[in-house]
Amino acid sequence: MAINESILTLILLAPLAGAVLVALLPDRGKLPAWLALLTTLVSLGLTLHLPAHFVLDQHGFQFEINRPWIENPAIFYHVGVDGLSLWLVVLVGLLAPVGVIASWNAIKERRKVFYSLFLLQQTAMYGVFISLDLMLYYGFWELSLVPMAILIAMYGRKEGPKAAIKFFLFTFIPSAPLLVAILWLYAHTGTFNFAELRLLIASGSLPSGALCWVALAFLFAFAVKVPVFPLHGWVADTFSEAPVALAMVVAGKLGLYSMLRFHIGLFPVQARSLAPLLVALAVIGLLYGACLALVQRDFWRLIAYAAISHLSLITLGIYGLTFTGWDGAIYQILNHGVVDAALFLLLAVLEVRYGTSQISAYGGLASRVPQMATLFVISTLAMIGLPMLNGFVGEFLILSSTFTGVSRGWAIAATVGVILGAAYMLWLVQRLFYGPESELASQPAPDLHLGEQVVLWPLAVLMLIMGLAPSIWIPSIENRAGSTALRGSATVPASALSTSLHGESQQ
Amino acid sequence: MTTVPDIYRILPEVILTLTGVLIMLLDASMSTGASRRALGWVGAFGTTLALWSSLWQLSLPMGTGFYSTVETSPFTIFFHVLICGIVLVALLLSLDSLPENSHHQGEYYALIVFGAVGMCLLTAAVELLLVFIALEISSIATYVLAGYRKETGRSPEAAVKYFLLGSFATGFLLYGIAMIFGATGTTQVYEIAHSIPAAHHHTLILASLALMLVGILFKVSAAPFHVWAPDVYEGAPSPVVALMATAPKAAAFALLLRVVYEIFPTLRSIWTPLLWIVAILSMTVGNLAALRQQNVKRMLAYSSIAHAGYLLAAFAGLGNAGIAAASFYVAAYAAMNVGIFAVVTVVSGYEENLPLIQDFRGLIYRSPMLGGLMIFFLASLIGIPFTGGFFGKFYSFSAAVGGGAIWLAIIGLLNSGIAAAYYLRLALAVAQHPAEEPSTASLYQPRIGVALSAALLFAVGATLVLGIVPGEVLRSAQSGAHTLQPPPEATEVMDITALR
Repeated sequence: MAINESILTLILLAPLAGAVLVALLPDRGKLPAWLALLTTLVSLGLTLHLPAHFVLDQHGFQFEINRPWIENPAIFYHVGVDGLSLWLVVLVGLLAPVGVIASWNAIKERRKVFYSLFLLQQTAMYGVFISLDLMLYYGFWELSLVPMAILIAMYGRKEGPKAAIKFFLFTFIPSAPLLVAILWLYAHTGTFNFAELRLLIASGSLPSGALCWVALAFLFAFAVKVPVFPLHGWVADTFSEAPVALAMVVAGKLGLYSMLRFHIGLFPVQARSLAPLLVALAVIGLLYGACLALVQRDFWRLIAYAAISHLSLITLGIYGLTFTGWDGAIYQILNHGVVDAALFLLLAVLEVRYGTSQISAYGGLASRVPQMATLFVISTLAMIGLPMLNGFVGEFLILSSTFTGVSRGWAIAATVGVILGAAYMLWLVQRLFYGPESELASQPAPDLHLGEQVVLWPLAVLMLIMGLAPSIWIPSIENRAGSTALRGSATVPASALSTSLHGESQQ
Repeated sequence: MTTVPDIYRILPEVILTLTGVLIMLLDASMSTGASRRALGWVGAFGTTLALWSSLWQLSLPMGTGFYSTVETSPFTIFFHVLICGIVLVALLLSLDSLPENSHHQGEYYALIVFGAVGMCLLTAAVELLLVFIALEISSIATYVLAGYRKETGRSPEAAVKYFLLGSFATGFLLYGIAMIFGATGTTQVYEIAHSIPAAHHHTLILASLALMLVGILFKVSAAPFHVWAPDVYEGAPSPVVALMATAPKAAAFALLLRVVYEIFPTLRSIWTPLLWIVAILSMTVGNLAALRQQNVKRMLAYSSIAHAGYLLAAFAGLGNAGIAAASFYVAAYAAMNVGIFAVVTVVSGYEENLPLIQDFRGLIYRSPMLGGLMIFFLASLIGIPFTGGFFGKFYSFSAAVGGGAIWLAIIGLLNSGIAAAYYLRLALAVAQHPAEEPSTASLYQPRIGVALSAALLFAVGATLVLGIVPGEVLRSAQSGAHTLQPPPEATEVMDITALR
């Protein structure tokens, strides 16, 4: 089928074409915004083709294209998806129109620059998730930094340029060792092909001492991007400065995916030896983020620390090295993307309506803007893992696999972190929407308008569906390329947990 | 073997020389007050012709002419095309940025074209005396051009500094040539390479290598021979800097490749560590100093020192791979630097009223095109994928890794992280909101004419091509590298202990 062969290229090129189009057409009124919305909807439609035609019982990568791009070094245009990246691609597609809607009223000037860079960012993100050639992957990985840094600088709230430099350097410098590591692999194997490299590394023909360093270089670059405690220095500034649309599309996914695909996927042995350390760091990050979120006065910073906490939970699932933990981690990346998008959008709406991000200025909004309050509460409940909503499934899989497969102590500590998560989120809801009506709340402000409702309600419904019927997603997530190799590296058989997983999905 | 008329071997040089002479004659025959812009177009036309003729040289059989003093090979053609391309962009840039009424405009264009003759000849020469003459032709032209803006104090100062230090360095090179002549009795490159393994004067050979390296490394502004670059770049007119930061360096790197890989391949174990040290010093010194600069041209000067370091990392690579990587990097470096200096020229203006980073603040709001281009070229200098700068660094460092110099690659890449900081500072200034109070900066509106648009288009096009489809350029760099391999007799490694 011709369409199956070219679909990934189309997905990659659609936002790029949109970006060029936006850049070429005049910056008149909302024209760039409409074009961007149209482009993102088209690319969302294209991404939906993937799950529709994904063959569940066919192992390995699907929709694969492998064409030579550059002769020497042998770089291939090699793209494909498996269960790991399938839904992440769809997630990127889903969040793009949400991002455009979130920027609809927030971005008032230079729309052309904003939307063309935003679309360029989309291309880079798709590229990261579908590349199976390490150089191609590295290219998109680096490319994803540039639009982000420029947009933070141009549209940052107060300290834009400073935050942009911080963001860029924090993520650019660790990619230097990553590139050296990739080059080292190439010098010793003569290929950038993911599947070939995995086999060559597994065959043990490479010097294992050097491989340790190579694996570490990979891990370091990804850990900063996630971020794993203590490499989180850039997150709070980036989240509180970045335009909402970018913060929501960028958060977390790239680093977590890369850990699963390129760290554990390529270096299972090295990953296993480092896993205890990462589990510890993940739990520390989980608690640390939650504690800091409790004391923030600015809701953007609160969300940033909450993100550190949640991303650490996913890291825990990944480095627990159990099959169930990975299912949960991937599922939780999707949940996090959806829930965060809704929360970001709602907070952005609040900030635009009332002009401040100080939590103390709010209070008692629920009666004034009931729809907003309802949606906010739903998203919060999803985020803190209430059963029936999506956060529960992911958190349950991760925590239960940690409990049985890794260590009870860490699992209990992580659960405390999750409880703290409920505390700061519910407290945030209380301070924003309930309690005595503040001066600010008495200002007349419209509730959600149509565009926002059109985005937010489906997201809320999605949270519910993802909570009730994870069986729609889990089977395809489990169909990961080389999942047997991954399974082989697991320290604990996941069969016991798989039953609990299926029990879960029948709820 | 068919014989090729000698004149074909130096056809591009001949065309450029005739163009230069034509410009001077026309200049003399024009009335004093008349506009000299047409002369610039003559120069651009001649350069284009020279570019085509060097491409045509590809159809010639490889070989030497004029009693084995000049060579035509894929290597020389690669650099000819590159240098002619740079000169073309510089000429187009000058056409739009020199003020209508500036003095001696005719001489300016003629000097650029004559400089190009020297640079092209430098890459083609396989006779050290001709190398020296070619280097002098190109250097003297650039010395004069650096002092072109006589009415300000800084320009002549730059020219004098450049001239004094430059001639000193050329002296080193000449001394090195004399010594190798003393050791081997010839100045022809192949004959030297041939007789070095058999020669007895090892100290002379080593001294000659050292002296020649000093002379050439000065020309490419590698640390510790870099001190002239920031002052000269700051003082010289911007379009001239666009030229002299790129074309003479390209020619000098070609010479360096020829010297180390063709004359001294047997001393590899000696020059590799030397170039290692110079590479690391250049990137580190260049980047650290650039972090503190406020003046955009000074910052770019230090950045070019750092780039010389990245480029030298390629020399740690083995034979072919190293040469090809270095040649490719030269091309990528030239494309992005000529581009960014072109933007700086337009933004700062000929009088350079706006030389500081803060003067670039809000450029993207004043002129979206120039601001966008500035950010694009800076992204390439940082080494963002899908730009020429990325593949330049990529090939250079993968050559180093391939040659076993992993630490060099790591230091280099960490350095490019440091470098990102100051490039970003400029990029973010460009993207930032303009200051509230109207400054001189916001009043100045850059003018973009046909010639300038063409120049920018060339630079952007080249940077993108090198970043997205580098295959073709890399292939020509590789076939160039192939021709630069030493004759088979000379490849056996010299016994190093015999040297001591």
